[in-house]
Amino acid sequence: MSKPKHIPQNTLLYVDGVTKSFDGFKALNSLSLIMEPGEMRAIIGPNGAGKTTMMDVITGKLRPDEGIVMFEQDIDLTQHDEAEIANLGIGRKFQKPSVIENLTVFENLELALSGGRGVFQSLLHKLSNQSFGRIEEVLELIRLQDKRSWLAGSLSHGQKQWLEIGMLIMQEPRLLLIDEPAAGMTDEETALTAELFKQLAQDHSLVVVEHDMDFVKALDCPVTVLHEGSVLAQGTLEQVQQNQQVIEVYLGR
Amino acid sequence: MSRSIIVSFLMRDKVGNALLAVLLALAIIVPFCSLVFEPGDTFYLSSYWVTLLGKYLCYALLAVAVDLVWGYCGILSLGHGAFFALGGYAMGMYLMRQIGERGVYANPLLPDFMVFLNWTELPWYWQGFDMFGFAMLMVLLVPGALAFLFGFLAFRSRVTGVYLSIITQALTYALMLAFFRNDMGFGGNNGLTDFKDILGFNLQHPGTRAALFSLSALALAGGYLLCRFIVNSKLGRVLIAIRDSESRTRFIGYRVERFKLFVFVVSAMLAGVAGALYVPQVGIINPGEFAPLNSIESIVWVAVGGRGTLFGAIFGAWMVNFGKTWFTGAFPELWLFFLGGLFVVTTLWLPKGVVGLSAQLSKMRRSKAASVAVSEKSPVQAQAVEAEPQPQQASQVAPEPEQQAEPTPKNLDQGAANV
Repeated sequence: MSKPKHIPQNTLLYVDGVTKSFDGFKALNSLSLIMEPGEMRAIIGPNGAGKTTMMDVITGKLRPDEGIVMFEQDIDLTQHDEAEIANLGIGRKFQKPSVIENLTVFENLELALSGGRGVFQSLLHKLSNQSFGRIEEVLELIRLQDKRSWLAGSLSHGQKQWLEIGMLIMQEPRLLLIDEPAAGMTDEETALTAELFKQLAQDHSLVVVEHDMDFVKALDCPVTVLHEGSVLAQGTLEQVQQNQQVIEVYLGR
Repeated sequence: MSRSIIVSFLMRDKVGNALLAVLLALAIIVPFCSLVFEPGDTFYLSSYWVTLLGKYLCYALLAVAVDLVWGYCGILSLGHGAFFALGGYAMGMYLMRQIGERGVYANPLLPDFMVFLNWTELPWYWQGFDMFGFAMLMVLLVPGALAFLFGFLAFRSRVTGVYLSIITQALTYALMLAFFRNDMGFGGNNGLTDFKDILGFNLQHPGTRAALFSLSALALAGGYLLCRFIVNSKLGRVLIAIRDSESRTRFIGYRVERFKLFVFVVSAMLAGVAGALYVPQVGIINPGEFAPLNSIESIVWVAVGGRGTLFGAIFGAWMVNFGKTWFTGAFPELWLFFLGGLFVVTTLWLPKGVVGLSAQLSKMRRSKAASVAVSEKSPVQAQAVEAEPQPQQASQVAPEPEQQAEPTPKNLDQGAANV
């Protein structure tokens, strides 16, 4: 592992020269990305561009073959596993809604509540009034107050997506990685989700991977285009949409 | 909410509470019937029955242990019989040492089989087993330590699903082969038997048998309470989360392997206690108890009763074993076919076991009613619509008969039983 270079001040996430191959196929090819605190970033790119692999590397599910992944300037994420990285303050939402179907909405949020991750802590855990209030707040934010005692498995697709976002918020992460949140949502739900993200972006950093251009437009944030495992273009949505290379990549297929 | 969770929990586990009451009643009534009434009386229970029922209690405790790891945490252990047998051997070693000079060879120190093998001194691992307290500690520690070592390696390497099942099976098979060897020092093929007394009480005496029965009932009640405490704590919800979505649980920040290790060790210890109570009642422990079939049978008990409910495991263990007692008497050759058939039937048509049957039936009734009167909203549907602020979503979540989890508040009772 190469020694981290000088990392600019005030950097939340610093990804540099990350390569990850599967049987010779380079899913990530010298990928670099810098996130500042409080920034929201949309990541787009055709299928196979390496979006999910990038998230896997940042969250510790995969180890990169080479490259640097630093969080808050001095934490080397390649040295930690999923649970440690989650507790460092990086929350991840999967593309497929992944909530705990046999627990209620409330219990799902309680599970994600920050703090108390040990075995015996969990065994003797009591929900404090403060935590209870926090769960109530998030229930309201994700518009599931009425369904707190429903099993998560009985929610609609869009509601599951929200619940999962709610679980992310409960973790009080510094950085949220969100994989295709608008997939399978109705137009109305999509619009509400974009609103929710803008609200979140006030005190969190967000990386949103998305295919839905209307949704990206609604987010109104800088866009990074990935292609074949590396960054193809960056800028506002209008800028990247006019970029000749980007047009070729999207239309060439 | 936290108050209503407790209230709903008490209401929710009505069956469990009733079961505990039954166990306490049995712990009193069975010894009473056995000791107070004379043979010939209507209410007299012979030692044969006391022992048989006691055996069922031990099996039920093993089933509860299996349900804790399989029903709640999704760890399908096909080797729990090994922990049961190890607990049994620890008890058996104590009972062997109690025989003393009353053995065939009248050796004050060495059990008969060691004299027979021309051994001159007691192996180091037999030291201390003359003390009841030490032996009881080993009943917990030996299965616990094996489960810890095995679980530590398996869960750290993220061995899951069918691969984990296969290596647990291999574990119990390997132990069986090892215990069959005479030079292991556990009596080889014959195992440990010819026990005389426990803590000075004659094992053949009806009073001792009745006491062992009552202890088994209390151990089962205690094991049930312990597991209920675990599954109703936040830890229990983490276990369900691991079962339903292991990677999600990791990304929330829980160290899945530690939680798995914890329940696996607790479960192994419970299985060990069950084995330790089983051995003095049946009077023998031999390597056959390690047979993979035994472990698989305990999985069948839990599946038939209904996994993830704890009490379902107890019912399952009782039903299948009553069936076995009857079947092996009436049609001895057919028992294994029947057992296999039972597992197939349960898997195909009773995914939630016998305790899930009533919920399944009422669901069928509901969906029938719903298909008969499509235009007319059933009360359940109306409720679902009321709870829904946005009409267009309400149509999305309206109950469909073939849907696995119904989005109706009714469904909660059913699902909550898992919690």
